[in-house]
Amino acid sequence: MLIDWFTVGAQAVNFLVLIWLLRRFLYRPILKAIDAREKRIADQLADAAKKRGEAEQERDALQLRNQAFDEQRAALLGQATAEAAAERERLLGQARSAGEELSAKQASKLQAERAGLSQALARLVGEEVMAIARKALTDLATANLEERISEVFTRRLKELDAEAKATLGAALRNSAGPALLRSSFELQAGARAAIQTALDHTFPAPVRLQFEIAPGGLCGIELSAGGQKLAWNIADYLGILQGKLNALLDAQSRPPPAAAPRPEPVKVPGAVPAPQAVAV
Amino acid sequence: MNLSSDQQILWQHGFFKLDGTIVTTWALMLLLTLGSWLITRKLVTQGAISRWQAALEIIVTGIDEQIGAVGLSPPQGYLAFLGTLFLFVATASLCTVIPGYLPPTGSLSTTAALALCVFAAVPYFGIRRQGLAAYLKTYVEPTPIMLPFNIISELSRTLALAVRLFGNMMSGAMIIAILLTITPLLFPIVMTALGLLTGMVQAYIFSILAAVYIAAATVVRKPKSTGQAAPMPAA
Repeated sequence: MLIDWFTVGAQAVNFLVLIWLLRRFLYRPILKAIDAREKRIADQLADAAKKRGEAEQERDALQLRNQAFDEQRAALLGQATAEAAAERERLLGQARSAGEELSAKQASKLQAERAGLSQALARLVGEEVMAIARKALTDLATANLEERISEVFTRRLKELDAEAKATLGAALRNSAGPALLRSSFELQAGARAAIQTALDHTFPAPVRLQFEIAPGGLCGIELSAGGQKLAWNIADYLGILQGKLNALLDAQSRPPPAAAPRPEPVKVPGAVPAPQAVAV
Repeated sequence: MNLSSDQQILWQHGFFKLDGTIVTTWALMLLLTLGSWLITRKLVTQGAISRWQAALEIIVTGIDEQIGAVGLSPPQGYLAFLGTLFLFVATASLCTVIPGYLPPTGSLSTTAALALCVFAAVPYFGIRRQGLAAYLKTYVEPTPIMLPFNIISELSRTLALAVRLFGNMMSGAMIIAILLTITPLLFPIVMTALGLLTGMVQAYIFSILAAVYIAAATVVRKPKSTGQAAPMPAA
């Protein structure tokens, strides 16, 4: 008999017991360990995905922050540039106005100096001219300059045209006080008498004179009454000379153009040619 | 010459007896249980795992995949029965390398017991999966005429399971025994190696056939179509 039924039953029971034993000691622990490991790996993957998402969010936030920072920096830079340009313009304008003011001051000062120099020069020239003329008349013609001036004034008085004579005559008549005769030198008695005589012959009404010496005045004689004045002196000649001197000074004070040739110095007709330009 | 360990009677008291098959089976059970306990008592779930744990995981997951490939889902519900079936038969075959060892699967009593277990497991899993009425209905399908043929099929395949395994294992042991008497040196070793291969194949075949029988009993049949196509839902 190949089959022993007791053994069959016993083996079936043994097999069922083995199923329980292996389920208890093999399948359940192994499957549990595998499930735990898979769960841990899944958790790690989920955690990694979560951290990656967080990292991406932080990256995006950082990019936005950097962009805002760049924009703010550009705005600040632009504002600083504009402020610097405005400050530069302000300082340039300030410097320009200061320069112009200084230049105006210097020009005004230069003008004043030139006017003073011109007046001093005119006075000096007048005095020199008078001295030369006086010395020349004395040495060459044995004549007195003051006497000759008185004679010429007397002759000019006589040779007045009708209109001037009428105007001056009316002024002399309407004048409350005596007419004022000013001279730069002391008139001699003869000269005074000659002038009084000429006035009497020229104007019908008697003319009373008050002689006065004008110290520092130009060489000549001046008759003034009632707002009218008749004068003869060398002021006109000196005025012409002063005008030419002023033109010469203007030409010297102007800066020469870069490529233009240097202008020739203005020559005064009749004057002694100066070897050097007048320096102011 | 003892061809089966059933004939090795160690103790007997009336109907009860203790033969070599039972004792060998106990030894195999002890080996499997003790080995599993020694390895699984210190399982790790993170970091490097031991080689023994890796080997056990390979075996368990391999059986699990094979059960899933047959069509049983979820495989964990059938793992204990089918896995134990495979491991027991395979271990019994592997131990043939031990001199003087007679595999319990070379006993028709053991193979009959295993086949009876499969015979009982098929309706157990089938009823648990689809209910008693649905399972019993499978015996009268496609027509009630098929009822005796289905019952004969159940019995015959159980018998075939038992005899197939018994024949293969017993024949291997018998061939080795015969060759030992004729050429006692090298040739039995070659045949033992061949017997190992045969034993592993038989363990696989026995387990897969049991899985296929269970899968056939646990298939939930869908209701037949009425032949009237349902109107297509609008896209």
